[in-house]
Amino acid sequence: MNTVTLTLSNKPELFLECNNVTPDAFSGKSIEEIASLDVWEGKYRTNLGEFFTVEGKSGATADETSIVVKGDCTRVKRIGQQMTGGEIMVEGNADMYTGGWMKGGKIHIKGNVDSFCGIGMEGGEILIEGDAGNHVGSSYRGEWRGMQGGLIRIKGNAGSDTATFMNGGTIIIGGNTFIHVSTHAEGGTVIIKGDAKSRVGGQMVKGNIYVFGSIETMLPGFRYVDDVEEEVDGENAIFKHYVGDLGERHPKRKGETIYGNLYVKK
Amino acid sequence: MSELLIKNGFVFDPVQGIKGEKSDIAIKDGIIVETSEISGNAKVIDASGKTVMAGGVDVHSHVVGPKVNTGRIMRPEDKLFKSPCAGQKTRCEMGFSVPSTFKTGYDYARMGYAFVNEAAMPPLHSPHVHEEIRDTPIIDNAAMPVFGNIWFVLEYLKNKEIENNAAYVAWLLNVTKGFAIKVVNPGGTEAWGWGMNCKNIHDPVPYFDITPAEIVSGLIETNEYLQLPHSVHIHGNNLGNPGNYTDTLDTLKLSEGFSARNRFGREQTLHATHLQFHSYGGESWANFESRAKEVMDYVNRNEKVTVDMGQVTLDETTTMTADGPFEYHLNQLNHLKWSNVDVEMETAAGVVPYVYGKNIKVCNIQWAIGLEIGLYSKDLMRTYITTDHPNAGPFIRYPRVIKWLMSKDSRDEMLHSFKWSDKVIDATTLESIDREMSLYEIAMMTRAGPAKSLGLSAMYGGLKPGMDGHVAIYDLNPDDMPNDPEMIEKAFLRSAYFIKDGVVSVIDGEVVEEVGKRTIWTDVKVPENNQVKRDITERFLRNYTLNLDNYPVFDEHVHNPRIIEVETS
Repeated sequence: MNTVTLTLSNKPELFLECNNVTPDAFSGKSIEEIASLDVWEGKYRTNLGEFFTVEGKSGATADETSIVVKGDCTRVKRIGQQMTGGEIMVEGNADMYTGGWMKGGKIHIKGNVDSFCGIGMEGGEILIEGDAGNHVGSSYRGEWRGMQGGLIRIKGNAGSDTATFMNGGTIIIGGNTFIHVSTHAEGGTVIIKGDAKSRVGGQMVKGNIYVFGSIETMLPGFRYVDDVEEEVDGENAIFKHYVGDLGERHPKRKGETIYGNLYVKK
Repeated sequence: MSELLIKNGFVFDPVQGIKGEKSDIAIKDGIIVETSEISGNAKVIDASGKTVMAGGVDVHSHVVGPKVNTGRIMRPEDKLFKSPCAGQKTRCEMGFSVPSTFKTGYDYARMGYAFVNEAAMPPLHSPHVHEEIRDTPIIDNAAMPVFGNIWFVLEYLKNKEIENNAAYVAWLLNVTKGFAIKVVNPGGTEAWGWGMNCKNIHDPVPYFDITPAEIVSGLIETNEYLQLPHSVHIHGNNLGNPGNYTDTLDTLKLSEGFSARNRFGREQTLHATHLQFHSYGGESWANFESRAKEVMDYVNRNEKVTVDMGQVTLDETTTMTADGPFEYHLNQLNHLKWSNVDVEMETAAGVVPYVYGKNIKVCNIQWAIGLEIGLYSKDLMRTYITTDHPNAGPFIRYPRVIKWLMSKDSRDEMLHSFKWSDKVIDATTLESIDREMSLYEIAMMTRAGPAKSLGLSAMYGGLKPGMDGHVAIYDLNPDDMPNDPEMIEKAFLRSAYFIKDGVVSVIDGEVVEEVGKRTIWTDVKVPENNQVKRDITERFLRNYTLNLDNYPVFDEHVHNPRIIEVETS
């Protein structure tokens, strides 16, 4: 695997839209070609080389290309958007839409990310060592087909609206979340190692949520069923098992109604 | 003074009966003239080896107004990754099934269309319709107010007061700057205000003591009394339900009792729109089947009827109609988003996204029914290509519909690619139809035919000297048609040239010049009618939420008007 290193040398005045920072866009290109890829600063289109020093060598395909991003990318959006393979490592923070609509490959962020990380994700892996903003693994606004697959692991905390309209895949949050988890979900799994504030599983049709800490305010649309012992992300624990959201329309399979499952550690 | 000469193209013009003969078209100051009338300084376009037709005419498309805008607002996901940035001559374009006004104008122009008839204008919101018409570049527009559920109309027709109804219709066309009489689910949309519907044409409208049949007949009589350019344009009762073809035939038969009166060359008394949605057999979705043959057999016999296809294109789209109860029904089927609105004493509307799945039996049968309607037609001057944009599919699929009509291979390939293709073949007759349309027939279905039905054949749909200088040139050589049907779609999607009002506005499928567009409306002069004046004043005082003075579209609001004047004698 070949590596291309980007170092932020000229801090953008506005937010920078870097949807071309993907192994797909870099693969098969020379360093000069990569430096001349489009980026948008506000309404102005310039190129990557205006802001980053580009070094190293790209692979022939996305799968053979890895990208290392150095410098403070707190204002750099859309890193890894729609990528299908390869790897990206960001040594500091990244801005919004990191790994949005990602189909494959790996993204590793050592710092924090802002909102919409992994939005509309279909496959691949995202690892965030710090905190994430709102809308982790959610759906695009208006879209009823949210995250379809893949894994998002956040070691720190996440904001609100995690996993809205989730259909598949897994989101693991090491810390706490704020309100709205798996709203409208029709599949997938969300694991919260810390606490959740409230409105967990609102209008959830199918899917699973595990909470290791506590939920400050439970939704009234969830009904306690039984206690179960399960191994979740390598940890064995006994959970109180709830089903819901009872206020929502639920499909039936072989005469049995399918609910969303909410597990809260005892 | 601008002069343009289009040389050596294969010209297809049903208005003059030109069937692909090589000839030249001359345009002077935006009007088509004899080639002898232009000087040697005229700009020349070499169209050799290419197909030349008049600018396209769309008889029925939902492109402007409040329900289209509701579709845009409620579907941001329709724009995601489908919104090209501004170009050198174009503004930012957005959306797929409900495109922005700019994308709408550009895409129609790229396909070589000159005129698009907005299919439903809620009278109360007509200023919004005209604002969006102004913002839709290049193409000329007209908009039809919906009349089939207005309380004034229901009451006048119940009392058989045709003259009063005509005075009201003339007034409403004038104040909304409307073009023709549109009817959507007559009586049923009003019934929806009470949570009900009119299931067939003899099912009375609650609280009004009138049936849909009486509304339609009354409006046809009114239309011919006023001698309007277009006929009554109807979206009939019971749309989209299995077994509805009998209701459709009942509606079509209402045209028989009247004769077309007008000075615009129109011959029909009723235009039945998106006929595909109205040609269903079976009792349920389980034994749903095509009845296109029965419906088209009737249409072929009755020259007082024109129709358009409403072809399902098997895309993800956004349905929108003034048929409020139908949108509710659709939302109960797919549980996606639903917008529902009531427009005071006039109409209602609903919007629901819909995915016509490539492997859903019912959707595939709908696809086949649409094509059967086109292919069974014996008079293509009375059968037009539409997708009821965006209800059965977006208008940018017209070239694909043309491809299916022109190539049995492409139809068969589609038909056999379906997961349930055996069931689809059993429920339809499409597989047995060998017909392949010619370019001349396509010109009838997309130009000359709809222009004649709309009563606009003096201006649009042909290349006769004296008509508007709208010309589309496609990269298709009729002497050497491509073996690959995809090339037909490609050629019609992006015209080689499109000339609007004598100005070259598209070259190689890209917009190069944003020419001035026009709004067409019908100004009908009727004798002064004090009773109707008093009724209107009283209703506005008592029932409307706004003052009568604030109701009409301001003159300065109507962009570049082109007035069709009608004197009722």
